[in-house]
Amino acid sequence: MRKRLYRVLVALIGALMVLMVGTPGAAQATETPPPDATAIQVTLQDEANKDAQGNPKPIEGVTLEVTKDGEKAGEGVTDAKGVAIIEVEELGKYVVTLDEKTLPSGTVLDENTKNEATVQVRFQGPNNRAIFPIGVTAGEQSNFGKDLAQNLRAGIVFALVLCLAALGFSLIFGTTGLSNFAHGELLTFGALMAWTFDQLFKTGGLATVSVILAGIIAVVLGGVGGYVQDKVLWGPLRRRGTGLIAMMIVSIGLSIFLRYLFQYFYTSSTRSVSQYSGQQRETHWYYLGLAFADREAITVLISIVTITAVCVWLAKSRMGKAMRAVSDNPALAASSGLRVDGVITNAWVIGAALTALSGVLYALTLQVNVFMGMRILLVIFAAVTLGGLGTIWGSLVGSLVIGLVYELGPLFGVPTSIKEVGPLLIMIVILLVRPQGILGRKERLG
Amino acid sequence: MDILDILRAALQQALGPQAIVFVLAAIGLNIHFGYTGLLNFGQAGFVAAGAYGMAVTVVTFDAPFWLGLVMAIVAPLVLAVILGVPTLRLRADYLAIVTIAAAEVLRFIFGAVETKDTFGGSNGLNGYAKPFQEANPFSSGLDLGIVSFGRNDLWSLTVGWALVALCCLLVWALMRSPWGRVLRSIREDEDAVRSLGKNVFAYKMQALALGGVIGGLGGAFLALKQASVVPSDYSTLMTFYAFAALLLGGAGRVMGPVIGAFVFWFLIAGLGSFFSQSAGDGGWIPTVIMSDTQASLIRYIMLGLAIMLLMIFRPQGIIGDRREIAIDGR
Repeated sequence: MRKRLYRVLVALIGALMVLMVGTPGAAQATETPPPDATAIQVTLQDEANKDAQGNPKPIEGVTLEVTKDGEKAGEGVTDAKGVAIIEVEELGKYVVTLDEKTLPSGTVLDENTKNEATVQVRFQGPNNRAIFPIGVTAGEQSNFGKDLAQNLRAGIVFALVLCLAALGFSLIFGTTGLSNFAHGELLTFGALMAWTFDQLFKTGGLATVSVILAGIIAVVLGGVGGYVQDKVLWGPLRRRGTGLIAMMIVSIGLSIFLRYLFQYFYTSSTRSVSQYSGQQRETHWYYLGLAFADREAITVLISIVTITAVCVWLAKSRMGKAMRAVSDNPALAASSGLRVDGVITNAWVIGAALTALSGVLYALTLQVNVFMGMRILLVIFAAVTLGGLGTIWGSLVGSLVIGLVYELGPLFGVPTSIKEVGPLLIMIVILLVRPQGILGRKERLG
Repeated sequence: MDILDILRAALQQALGPQAIVFVLAAIGLNIHFGYTGLLNFGQAGFVAAGAYGMAVTVVTFDAPFWLGLVMAIVAPLVLAVILGVPTLRLRADYLAIVTIAAAEVLRFIFGAVETKDTFGGSNGLNGYAKPFQEANPFSSGLDLGIVSFGRNDLWSLTVGWALVALCCLLVWALMRSPWGRVLRSIREDEDAVRSLGKNVFAYKMQALALGGVIGGLGGAFLALKQASVVPSDYSTLMTFYAFAALLLGGAGRVMGPVIGAFVFWFLIAGLGSFFSQSAGDGGWIPTVIMSDTQASLIRYIMLGLAIMLLMIFRPQGIIGDRREIAIDGR
């Protein structure tokens, strides 16, 4: 039964992967590398005038002026892609004014659009966007199908990122029984390391592979972090016979410790990595009716490959089998001659590395912030609880469902500002009706 | 470096209204965790229920002030029942996750744009505390030399510490009654209690409700003291600070939360003052190593470390008994 389930999962994941890879289409122009300085980014596109692939036509040569408190702070002209990046000196509230005289003839701002937009510059880097909808009709803005496609895409990406973190959590929970409240910080650690090494590489000769290299280093460091954690903290605690609840409270302490330590060194500002931060939806990543941006496509690809690899490894390899044995029944595993402590160390290394990878990918999707892990921690809990705490396959299923609910919820009435509520409510309900989760077994309950 | 100044800041905080909120929250947690062994990680939710129960009644529904005070007790009670029915049968770590999730859900709902008309969004609610401020019998503040409190703070302090004394008395009386003994035996061995014919679920529910209401009183007090309720006050950190205070003082002891919260805020404020004097202009720590903003973070880093070390080396805290701490899980 379990074996068949795993085969189905692998087949499913494989099929998804084939769909994703597909055949690459025509090469596309890459986005202009954004300068690192804080800037406002404006993209002007004529939604009423679309090309064959359905992409709106960019509007070139429009003059934009940025003012702050009535004083001029910058000026820019849109390039061939309709993008203008206007540098500003500091964070704050700016007004972007569009010079209507420079709009190409035939293009008019529609009635509801003013030629002014107010922008709150909150992020360092060029990701502060001013929006001028041009040629957008009212009907298009609330098109359910379009919203569904968009949220579905975001949901798939988020679900897969979540899946990696949940897998890491499950490996650790399965072998040790610890509900690790510091798991979110492992994710933050991955993202912060990726950002740090990206800063190192992005100016040198490695600039073209900067993020990839930084990501690999972050994942390795994440694994090392897991090893160190197990050797220094959790291993000794296990040998002392410390109870699970005590360990859980220790993990809360660790989470607070790490979070403020990160904030000490990285402040609480939001940053983004130097590559793959573009929003442009390239047509060669067009699958199943969903157009993925470069970074989304890469996120999906990497996570599917990793998840598949981990699943196969868990099912086939000696260590994977040992890990499942320990998570099934530690006492029996120990008496059958398994070195349980070594297996647990392995679970920590792999679990932490997977979580760090999840952090790296999350850093591409969202920006890097020291609180990102804390925010997503309860969603990870929801995912693994839904699937069944400590079951590997359960955490896959659970995070797919939770990730989609998280992004699709707003379409069905969950207020957008509190998307987190959906997954948390699902978790509470599932504990009500089936506390062991979808794929869990009853004996895990107290 | 002005040692007297550090001491003043520390004492001011440890005796002040902020500490009282956490004493009350920790007394509630003490009933949950210290006496019954329930791992409630959602105490912030109960505190928020108390605060919002009062504020919403008075501000949104325009009800009289006394009804607000009643609702500050009713709202946490209702939350305890809603939360308790599904979760009290679960294992300890499941209970922890559900309660923390429920508290976060509450905070999200209170802070959402969509519920702004009822709960005031992220700016919260205010304009309900007038009767409380008008009832202030003091005409001037109090100056004890090293610490001094303004007129409003003095009134809050009087009410707050009186509330704390009442709650401690209640806990002391309840825990030496047969009812309290059942709670403690549930903590030690649930099945044994069940085999004696006691309805474990009912006892747990009563404990959850009582502790929740005391936490809710803390919330109502916080709301009255600062004359506004803001959702960001009720994050998971509030629960964790209350837990830290409880563990520091000693779980399963009547005075544990009081001593714990006092020492907790004394250290937090003292360390904060120490590092803000040490870093930045004129301090002995170079700015390269520690800037002003970083100085304000050091105490929380140490807090995290302290929670870990406390749990590992002295889980019973200052006055607790090691054999009475429910940390072995079931």
